[in-house]
Amino acid sequence: MKNNKEIDLPEIGARGLARFAWRQLTSMRTALILLMLLAIASIPGSLMPQRNQNPMAVREYFANDPTLAKWIDRLSGFDVFSAPWFSAIYILLFISLIGCVLPRTFEHLKLVRAKPPTTPKNLQKLQGYTLFNGNGEELARAHEFFRKNHFRIREQEGSISAEKGYVRESGNLLFHLSLILVLIGVSIGSLFGMRGDAIIVTGERFINLATSYDALTYGKLTDEKSLNTFSVRLDKFVAQYDPITNSPLDYSAFVTTEDEEGNLLERVIKVNSPLTFGSSRVYLQANGYAPVVTVRDEIGNVNFQGPVTFLPQDSNLRSIGSIKVPEASPQLGFVSSFVPTYQRDPQAGAVSVYPELLRPRLLFSIWEGDLGLDTGVPQSIYKIDTTAMTRIALDSLSPGERFDFTGGSITFEKVEPWINLAVVRDPGKTYSLIGGILALAGLLASLFGFRRRIWLRVLSDGQVEIAGLAKNNSAALDIQLGDFERFVRGDK
Amino acid sequence: MTQTAWAYLSNNFIYSAMGVFALTLVVHAFETAWAVRVPAGGTDLQKMDYSKAEKAARIGTSLMSLAFILLFVGIIARGFANGHVPWGNMYEFSITGALAFVGAYLIALRKYDLRWLGLFISLAALLTLGTAVTLLYRDSAPLVPALNSAWLIIHVITAVISGGVFLFSNIIAGAFLYLDSRERGLGRPAWADRLPSLDFLDQLSYRLVAFVFPLWTFSVIAGAIWAESAWGRYWGWDPKETWAFITWVAYAAYLHARVTIGWKGRRAAWLCLFAGSTFLFNYIYVNVWGTGKHTYSGL
Repeated sequence: MKNNKEIDLPEIGARGLARFAWRQLTSMRTALILLMLLAIASIPGSLMPQRNQNPMAVREYFANDPTLAKWIDRLSGFDVFSAPWFSAIYILLFISLIGCVLPRTFEHLKLVRAKPPTTPKNLQKLQGYTLFNGNGEELARAHEFFRKNHFRIREQEGSISAEKGYVRESGNLLFHLSLILVLIGVSIGSLFGMRGDAIIVTGERFINLATSYDALTYGKLTDEKSLNTFSVRLDKFVAQYDPITNSPLDYSAFVTTEDEEGNLLERVIKVNSPLTFGSSRVYLQANGYAPVVTVRDEIGNVNFQGPVTFLPQDSNLRSIGSIKVPEASPQLGFVSSFVPTYQRDPQAGAVSVYPELLRPRLLFSIWEGDLGLDTGVPQSIYKIDTTAMTRIALDSLSPGERFDFTGGSITFEKVEPWINLAVVRDPGKTYSLIGGILALAGLLASLFGFRRRIWLRVLSDGQVEIAGLAKNNSAALDIQLGDFERFVRGDK
Repeated sequence: MTQTAWAYLSNNFIYSAMGVFALTLVVHAFETAWAVRVPAGGTDLQKMDYSKAEKAARIGTSLMSLAFILLFVGIIARGFANGHVPWGNMYEFSITGALAFVGAYLIALRKYDLRWLGLFISLAALLTLGTAVTLLYRDSAPLVPALNSAWLIIHVITAVISGGVFLFSNIIAGAFLYLDSRERGLGRPAWADRLPSLDFLDQLSYRLVAFVFPLWTFSVIAGAIWAESAWGRYWGWDPKETWAFITWVAYAAYLHARVTIGWKGRRAAWLCLFAGSTFLFNYIYVNVWGTGKHTYSGL
């Protein structure tokens, strides 16, 4: 370091400053720091619950320690991967990458078209130098060897130079350019994609309209007009379980689909085989049970009838749910749980011991009063706010049974399975996939390709000299030089 | 043969492999001891007799190969017991990971004399298998629907091989750092004279990473393709995905640091250790304490 105080620094100016900043940003050292920063910045995203993956856990965080959660939220701790600071890192990284790779690409394209450099005067100092007596055929045979092995050739008076192995730098550039393509694919997906969830009970039909969804999110540059026309009716859902471990073996949703042209088709959706409708794909994401109940008033008028989706709580599908009857007066609410294979546990109460419907039972407590549906506060469909209600009864039913309480009755008709369909459109994924595959190809080429030059000169006395130069793999060049010499001398 | 019979067979082979790894450990301990023992009359290296150590090293390698084969058969039998590829839970990942790790060592052995590492390799394999059979063991079970895909084979086997080689390169980088600090201080101890030069270790840990980095890249891409067909998105920052990304970025930084900036030696070795530890963290932390879509059937 020079002593800055004594030097009269020239005025840099805005352009100079910009150029300086650009040079800094596109330097390898900066790229490396950004790369490490990107790795470190991802860590909180894996340790903190993230809103788009586990909103329940985030809510829990807020409930347990509101002040801390508020601060974490201000720093985007629950949305790390869409946080401004995270975006800043990868945007800077990609600008740096483009600034580094584009000039190199142009330079490389120029280089690839250029002829190899002329034969150096002094070959003795280069790798694998050999001198032997020629017979006049050498230049022609060298030319043949180089052509056969796809070298670039420059012929000169009495000598020939050849070069090969730009695949290394080509691969390197392809790798980095492909990463840009991956990023473009991700951006297209998040700007123009959509993702929605819909629960359908056996017998119900899902029509791809915004109103059919329980949850629906769009990319920033798209809306419900982009939804294409199709429908899916759930005819039957079959879940198979292993009787020893109780773990699921297979989920199959037998559906009838209708596409834009009105073609009806019977198909099966499984966990690893979604349906495709144009640009949208339909996935089987979750399933559970929906008890079908009828609630009547004291003179037998039906106040509510139909399936109610219950939310599974464990691997044996003990499920919780709520039956809300706002039509009754006063309003009625059934805080319920459902077990597909009922067993009484001395500690836990009613538990399920198997996920299939072997001994189904619906357990509920009946609440009377105000369900609070008109307050405007969105409510969970699985829970009832009982603060303005009083409990009037408690019971459990098997399918086909009825329970009478003061003011009416509830009949547990049967149980139907429900499935959660996820509908996803990601117009960017093809670009990301192509980008990924090209990046891998580029990576392989850059790691296993090697660049080398070979020269041959016929001296005035008829003697022939051979030598080579390798950028990164001199051992492999030795082998090729050996092949070359044998070929030129004609003894294969 | 019934599935239960296959399961017993698998367990017996795994236990036998552990027995042979224990024997390997003892033999390599003798090998190291004989190589370390300084003959009476000073530390004159010219007079040190390595012939006993050499014999022990040969026996050690044979035993290690035998243990490898036993473990391999055990894993295959586990597959028959399952009725599907044996990569459904952490027990199965661990025994396959141990196989990949020992495999990386045995393959490297064909090209380089690394038998001085035998003690650490057999110890690491034994500890991994010991943890697997005691803490992680689960009875053979069918695959959950989400895992029922051809991508399971492609994604998991490439991830396991990558992990085995990454950790092996970490061992080499660790050996480099140890010898480097000794050489900077008191000088290389007499017993370590038979160990390769620092330059060689530095290069080897780099070569292993450069060789396996494309495989890791492939494994991540295969995982993304699978995730697209199973979960409806190819990338969702699930904890497992996030850490796979961190590992990928860390090794990308390592390769850039070496190739483009020209890092060597200590700094490169530390970066290599950091990158490798992100893989280990992903495996242990995210599987055991993490949440997300990569946790299945209780480990």
